[in-house]
Amino acid sequence: MELTGAEIFVHSLRDEGVDIIFGYPGGAVLHIYDALYNQDKIQHILTRHEQGATHAADGYARSTGKPGVVLVTSGPGATNAVTGIATAYMDSVPLVVFTGQVPTHLIGNDAFQEADNIGITRPCVKHNFLVKDVRDLAETIKKAFYVATTGRPGPVVVDIPKDITAQKTEYHYPDKVSMRSYNPVHVGHAGQIKRAIKLMLKAKRPMLYTGGGVILGNAAGSLTELARLLGFPVTNTLMGLGAYPATDRQFVGMLGMHGTYEANMAMHHCDVLIAIGARFDDRVTGNIEKFCPNARIVHVDIDPSSISKNVKVDVPIVGCVDNVLKAMVKLIKGSKQRPDETTLKDWWQQIEDWRSKDCLKYDRDSDLIKPQYVLDTLYKVTNGDAFVTSDVGQHQMWAAQFYKFDKPRRWINSGGLGTMGFGLPAAMGVQLAHRDETVVCVTGEGSIQMCIQELSTCNQYALPLKIVNLNNRYLGMVRQWQEFFYQGRYAMSYMESLPDFVKLAESYGHVGMQIDKPGDVESALKEAMALKDRLVFMDFITDQAENVYPMIPAGGGQNEMILV
Amino acid sequence: MRHIISILMENEAGALSRVAGLFSARGYNIESLTVAPTEDPSLSRMTLVTRGTDEIIEQITKQLNKLIDVVKLMDMTDGPHIEREMMLTKVRAEAHGREELKRVSDIFRGRIIDVTDKTYTIELTGTGDKLDAFLLALDRALIIEVVRSGVSGIARGERALKL
Ligand SMILES: Cc1ncc(C[n+]2csc(CCOP(=O)(O)OP(=O)(O)O)c2C)c(N)n1
Repeated sequence: MELTGAEIFVHSLRDEGVDIIFGYPGGAVLHIYDALYNQDKIQHILTRHEQGATHAADGYARSTGKPGVVLVTSGPGATNAVTGIATAYMDSVPLVVFTGQVPTHLIGNDAFQEADNIGITRPCVKHNFLVKDVRDLAETIKKAFYVATTGRPGPVVVDIPKDITAQKTEYHYPDKVSMRSYNPVHVGHAGQIKRAIKLMLKAKRPMLYTGGGVILGNAAGSLTELARLLGFPVTNTLMGLGAYPATDRQFVGMLGMHGTYEANMAMHHCDVLIAIGARFDDRVTGNIEKFCPNARIVHVDIDPSSISKNVKVDVPIVGCVDNVLKAMVKLIKGSKQRPDETTLKDWWQQIEDWRSKDCLKYDRDSDLIKPQYVLDTLYKVTNGDAFVTSDVGQHQMWAAQFYKFDKPRRWINSGGLGTMGFGLPAAMGVQLAHRDETVVCVTGEGSIQMCIQELSTCNQYALPLKIVNLNNRYLGMVRQWQEFFYQGRYAMSYMESLPDFVKLAESYGHVGMQIDKPGDVESALKEAMALKDRLVFMDFITDQAENVYPMIPAGGGQNEMILV
Repeated sequence: MRHIISILMENEAGALSRVAGLFSARGYNIESLTVAPTEDPSLSRMTLVTRGTDEIIEQITKQLNKLIDVVKLMDMTDGPHIEREMMLTKVRAEAHGREELKRVSDIFRGRIIDVTDKTYTIELTGTGDKLDAFLLALDRALIIEVVRSGVSGIARGERALKL
């Protein structure tokens, strides 16, 4: 039987196993919306802005490991989605974004609501496709999911002109596609793995530095097994939090600009660095000239272009992180050799000395609400078991420092692009994927206003998010830099004319609370968590002057942290 | 170091812009770039001349390989290879100057492919260096127009870039 392009679209998604998509309608995609109207297998979540739709799909993808799917119209619909696409790209999140396009015969004509979606998104997608023939539609959709979810994942855009969605053809959804130009690697080179193990077993001051790749590659279990087998210290990047249980003694905290003192010092002094699914980002390495001066480096990554990009490595291993880690565990278990216990003990002694500096300490007796205290308490009240999304700024760093994630896919934040506005819509996607779990969005009064309209979406779909707004009346991270590096000239970082967040939440049909005394923090959080089926917006009036410590200043090495 | 990178890629609209976009987005330089379909119409072959340290060239080849449209690539400069570029030069050729131009063209094994009473058009093929040398040998004031094809390259002997 022949189907229209719009029907093929819906059938293809169903056959791909998609049960939820995030989107916003418009002229170029009306045939598709009509086809969606006639079915009930795929739920469509109507956000209030296309950026919200992409972030929501992104949150869904990060928390489940499944691809997030987005549908937006041509022109402004597509351009509004770009921030979300770029956010997913920087953090290697699998998304498939369908953008409407003007009819084929009008492409290039400056037609109404025309934008060059392929050109605009090219630098921030893993790949994109323009569908020029309805007979290619189903296969292109299959390819889009294949490319988005395999190898190093990433967003893929499929641009569909309106006339294609009306034309008819036979429907056939391929079970599999192969592309001669795209062959992601799976297993690591056996010889390289052996070389790495040799180096690891001889190490005197080893360090496991692991990133988002461990989470994306579902390798947290293998990482934990390897780390326990070897007894090595583990640090996670901002993107890798949860890849190794944060409450484990072998975990030395996050590394990088606002990482812990012990993690950064251990990085600086290690003699063998095992980087796994991490990419030596500048926020991690500090001054690259001063990075890990004495270390031989092993780097495991699925993307060859990540290896030796910023830092030259000694043993590169390209492959699926999980496969490589499993191979390592097997080889080590099979051999009699183990790391030397006494040298390792000395190394741990040194690390414990660094740890005893208690670099995350803060004033617990203040009359003002310390943001760190809110997160400390949030961690306790939720038993460390919530999904936590964040926006970007100081609150993001505090959340990363104080919420100890023991499981992967629980910490959802925009690490690469640093997109303010990400937190709330991402939390919606997480909640839709995990209906019965606690989902918290940690945000600031600056960031939350970038996608505040999504409170309406939360009402429509009864999403009982818990929003923790650390309201310091400043674009705090900007203010902190201005305090440190611009002699306190706070240009445009004071947030004036803030809304009454309690009333705002209420007007969207939610529960609002304002908390301005440290003594009320715990009870407010408990009360909010007890409101299981309501979205609660907690506006915490925090200490305006608080800064994120410790910190590697610009140009500094990892051993040059400023402590409180 | 100067590198000649040859790329086989899907002959699809947009493939060229992905390569060009990659170079501009990552700040790599392109000295020249040529592209045309191959004997297999589903593939185009691109030849790209770039400069960079070993680390940069390594990144360039990795990033190119990562593009979904790129099927296969080869750094010609990794082994013995032949490099050719074609250049068309239109020069003012009047009175006794005509003789001299003909002589210079012959020395470089150029061919005069179009003649008017005031101009010659000379076709010349060779490495980029040879073409540069030819232009230097000409009186600048006589040059009306220069068109260079960009470099193409092929490996010597058995080494080949094919599927
Ligand atoms: C879309 C976007 N615009 C600008 C920035 C730059 N920026 C980084 S942090 C920050 C301040 C965030 O303020 P707020 O959300 O109140 O959080 P706080 O730092 O106060 O915790 C800004 C403006 C950004 N990351 N994203």
